[in-house]
Amino acid sequence: MSGRRDIRATINGVVYERAIEPRLLLADFLRHTLGLTGTHVGCEHGVCGACTVLVDGDSVRSCLMFAVQTDGCTVETVEGLGSIGKLNPLQQSFHEHHALQCGFCTPGMLMTATDLLKKYPLATDEDIRDGLSGNLCRCTGYEHIVKAIRAVKAGGAR
Amino acid sequence: MTEPAEIHARPKIIGARVTRTEDPRLLTGLGSYTDDRQVAGALHVAFRRSDQSHARILAIDCEAARAAPGVLAVLTAEHLTESVKPLVATSRMANYYATPILPLARGKVRYVGEPVVGVVAESRYQAEDALELIDIDYEPLPIVIDAETAVRDGAPLLHEEARTNVLVSREFKRGDVDAAIDAASVRVKGRFRMHRKTPVAIEPRACLAEYDAGRDALTLHSATQVPGILRDALSASLDLPGHQIRVVAPDVGGGFGGKGSLYPEEIFVCAAARRLARPVRWTSDRMEDLTCNSQGFDEIIDAELGLNADGRLVALRADVIGDVGAYSIYPWTAALEPVQVVSFLPGPYRIEHYRGRVRAVATSKAPTGPYRGVGRPTSTFVMERLIDMAAAKLGLDAKDIRLRNLVGASELPYKVASGIVWDKSGFQECLHVACDTIGYDALRVTQKKARAKGRWFGIGLASYAELTGIGSRISVAPGMPINTGTETANIRIDSTGAITAAFGVASHGQGLETTLAQIVAEHLGARFEDVRIVQGDSAAVPGGTGTYASRSLVLAGGAATLAACAVREKLLNAASHLLEASAADLVAEDGKVSVTGTDRSVTFREVARAVYSEMGRLPPDARDELAATKIYDPVFGTTTSATHIATVEIDPETLEIKVDRFAVAEDCGRLVNPLIVDGQVHGGVAQGIGAALYEEVIYDDQGQINTASLVDYLVPTACEIPPMEVVHLETQSPTTLGGFRGMGEGGTIGSPAAIANAVSDALSLLGIEINELPLTPERLFRLIEAAQMREKT
Repeated sequence: MSGRRDIRATINGVVYERAIEPRLLLADFLRHTLGLTGTHVGCEHGVCGACTVLVDGDSVRSCLMFAVQTDGCTVETVEGLGSIGKLNPLQQSFHEHHALQCGFCTPGMLMTATDLLKKYPLATDEDIRDGLSGNLCRCTGYEHIVKAIRAVKAGGAR
Repeated sequence: MTEPAEIHARPKIIGARVTRTEDPRLLTGLGSYTDDRQVAGALHVAFRRSDQSHARILAIDCEAARAAPGVLAVLTAEHLTESVKPLVATSRMANYYATPILPLARGKVRYVGEPVVGVVAESRYQAEDALELIDIDYEPLPIVIDAETAVRDGAPLLHEEARTNVLVSREFKRGDVDAAIDAASVRVKGRFRMHRKTPVAIEPRACLAEYDAGRDALTLHSATQVPGILRDALSASLDLPGHQIRVVAPDVGGGFGGKGSLYPEEIFVCAAARRLARPVRWTSDRMEDLTCNSQGFDEIIDAELGLNADGRLVALRADVIGDVGAYSIYPWTAALEPVQVVSFLPGPYRIEHYRGRVRAVATSKAPTGPYRGVGRPTSTFVMERLIDMAAAKLGLDAKDIRLRNLVGASELPYKVASGIVWDKSGFQECLHVACDTIGYDALRVTQKKARAKGRWFGIGLASYAELTGIGSRISVAPGMPINTGTETANIRIDSTGAITAAFGVASHGQGLETTLAQIVAEHLGARFEDVRIVQGDSAAVPGGTGTYASRSLVLAGGAATLAACAVREKLLNAASHLLEASAADLVAEDGKVSVTGTDRSVTFREVARAVYSEMGRLPPDARDELAATKIYDPVFGTTTSATHIATVEIDPETLEIKVDRFAVAEDCGRLVNPLIVDGQVHGGVAQGIGAALYEEVIYDDQGQINTASLVDYLVPTACEIPPMEVVHLETQSPTTLGGFRGMGEGGTIGSPAAIANAVSDALSLLGIEINELPLTPERLFRLIEAAQMREKT
C-alpha cells in the first residue's frame, strides 16, 4: 500500500515530479503535496463538484481520481485562471454578478464553467443550468452564477 | 438610544451595489479556509464513531491501533477526564434537563456517528487505516428512535439521569383558546410533519489546534460561525484563561447554522494538541457531516385554527413534539428549534386566543441545533397551510384571507399571542407587492385555463414575520450561557493612517467584510477601499459570539456606526488644530478632513501622523488615540417580514414537481448592499425549496442513518431552482440604529410554505392537502393514490 510511484504532471504550466502513494487522491495531491489549496474538497464521493479541475482539458472530479492517473497529463486548477490583480473574464464576471458568497464551491464552478464555455453553445440559461448540475452551491441559489456565465458567453470574451 | 444626527444624512456608500472585498482572493484560489492552513508537523485525527444507536460501552481495545504505522495516540473518554471538563448548555427554563457535552462518548453511545475513539496520526490516511484496528465491545440498549414513542411514560431512556426523554417542555398561551375554538364558525385542523433536515454547507467542518507549550497557549482555527462562543467555552472546559486561547474562523465555506454550535471534535483537537504538544487537525468528510452535524426541524404539529364567518382568525392551538436528537446542543439548548415553532406559530396575523405547547424529546439521532430560519420554516408552513385550508372552506381567495388578517401598519407594534412583539414592518405591503410582482390576478386566470386542459398548476402564497437583530432582552433559552444581544466594534486609525475595524461577528459567506466597511466608511468619512474589517477572531474584541440569527448586519452595523462617529469626532478635533479652524466647520469625506467652503484639507494619514508620530505638532489634549470601542444593543431587535409566492406544475405521469416561478417581496429595512441582499434571498429560497421537495435525513427504526451521502440526501442543483423575482421594500425601522433589519434567514422561512400551498392548490380538485414536507415523489404518489381511492368509493 505504501509503495511509491513516480509521476510527472504539468499543473498550471509548471512541471511537477513527485513520488507518491498510489492511493493518494488527486485532490489531496494538489492540496497537501503541492500546497495548491484553491481546489476544494466538499464530499469525497463525486457529487458536489467543488474539487473539479481540468485534466487534459476535460473537467474531472479530483476526489475521484488518483494522482498517479495524472502521470504525463496536463492539469489546470483555479490557481491557473487569473490573478487578484488580473482576474480572467469569467472570474471578473463572477465578481460583478455576485456569483459567490462563501466561495467554497467557486473553484469547482469556475473550472466547470471554463469547460462548458469552451465546449458548448449554451444557447439558453437552461443549458447553463444543465451544465452546472454536477456542481452544488448552497449559498447563491445559482441565479447569479447563471447570469455570470451568461454574461461571459454574451460578451464573447472567451 | 438616540441616533447621531449624521445617520440621517444622505448616504453615499450605504445602499450602493459595491462588489465584494472578499471576492478576488476567493476567485483565485487564495482564500484560506481552515483545511487550507499549512502547518508544519500537523497531526491528523480520525474518529471511530458509534455504529450503534444506543448502547453501553463495555470495553475498547486500542492496542493494535496504537501499534499501527504513523499513529501517535489513540484516545478514549477516560484519557480526557482530567484535562477536559464537560460543558453544559445551562438555562433557567423550568422542565429542562441539560445534557453534558464531552469530546468522546463516556459509558454510553446515544446516536450513530457519536465519536468514541480519536486516533491521532502523522497523516489522515494513516489515522483512518488505524480506525479499523480498534475493537469496541457494546451492549445494545433499547432503541429510542421514534419521538412519539420516546415521549411516553415508561419509554426507555436515553439519559437516565434526566428520568425522562423530554428535555424541555414549554407552553405559551393567551385568552381562552378552547372556548374560542368551540365558538368559532369555521374550524380547520391538521397534523403536520416537518421532517429532519441538515444544513450541508459545501465546506465540511474542520478544525486545527496549535499549541504553544512555552506559553501554554492554544490557537484553534475552526470552520465555525461562533469563534467567540468557542473561545469562552473552551476556556472553561480546558481551564485556560481567555488570553491563552484564541479561536479564529478564517474563510468559512457556509454555515447555515450547522457551524453555529460547539462540537466535540473542536474540544478534542484542543485537548490532543495540548497533550501531544503538536498541532492537531481534523477535517470532516461528507459522511461525518451528514451524520454528526447539528440538524434542523423534525417536528410533529397538531394544530387547529378557528375563524369567524367573515374569515377573521379568532383562535389557534397547537401541540408540538420536537425530536431534538441525542443531546441538548451547546450553547443553544434543546429548546432552540422546537420552542421557536410555538413562539412564532401565530405569525404576522391578528389572533386573540392562542395556546402552543411543545415538548423537546431526546432520541438517538444527531442533535438538532440552529438551522437557517430556526423553528419558523415549520411554524410558517403550519400556519400558512391552515390559512389556505380555511380559505378553501370559506370560499375566499388566498390573498384576500391574508389581507383580512395581516396586522396593519397602524396596529404596529403588535403583541403576538405568544408574547413576541412585532416592530413596524410592512406585512400587508409585502403581500401587495409580491402579488403585483408575479401578476397574481393574471396567474389565477392562467390557472383556470390550465385546469381546463387537465394540467396540475398551482399558486402558493406564504406570508411571515421574523424577529431579527435581536437585542439583550430576548433569549432563545432564558439563562443560557451566552449573550446574543450585543455586538462590539473597535475602530482605529493607526500611525500609518490605515483604518481597521474589528468585530465579534464571523462572516461565512455573508460578505460582512464588504457591508461593514461600507458602514464604517460612510460614518467615518473614509474611502470604502481604505477600511479593513477584522472579524472571525475571538481576539478581535474582548467579548463576542459570532454570526447567526440574522443579527450581524444589524448589531455590528449599529456598533460600527457608533464607533465610526466617535473616531470621526477625534479626527476632526485633531484636524482643527492642523487646519486652524473650528471643528464645527470641518467635514470628513473620502479620507480627508476639509474646511467647509475652502480648499484647505488634510488627509486622514496626515492627521494620524500628527497625532502619533510628529512630536509637538499638536497640543496634548488633541493627541487622543484615533480609536474607539462601542457596544450596540438593539434591546428588542426588529421585525423583518415578507410574502413569498410560488407557482408549480406537476407532471401527472412522473409526479415531478417543477417550481416555475418564485417571487419574494420583503421588508428588510434599509439596504446596505442590494447585490448582497439579493444573493441572501436567492440562497435562502433555494434551501427552502430543498426543504419543501428534496432534503430529508432518514433514520431507520434501528437508528441507522440512511442518508449518509449526497446521493441519498438530495441537495437542489441549478436545474431545480427557478429564476427568482425579488423586491425589497425599504420601510425605515424605528428601533434599530441605521434602520437595518436582518435578512439572512428569511428566504428559507417562507418558501417551504409557499410550495406546500402551491402543490395543494394544484391538486385541490383531488382534495389533497400537503401537510408533510419534504414532498417527495413517493409521498405525492401515495396522496394521489389515496385521493383517487376516495373518489372511487
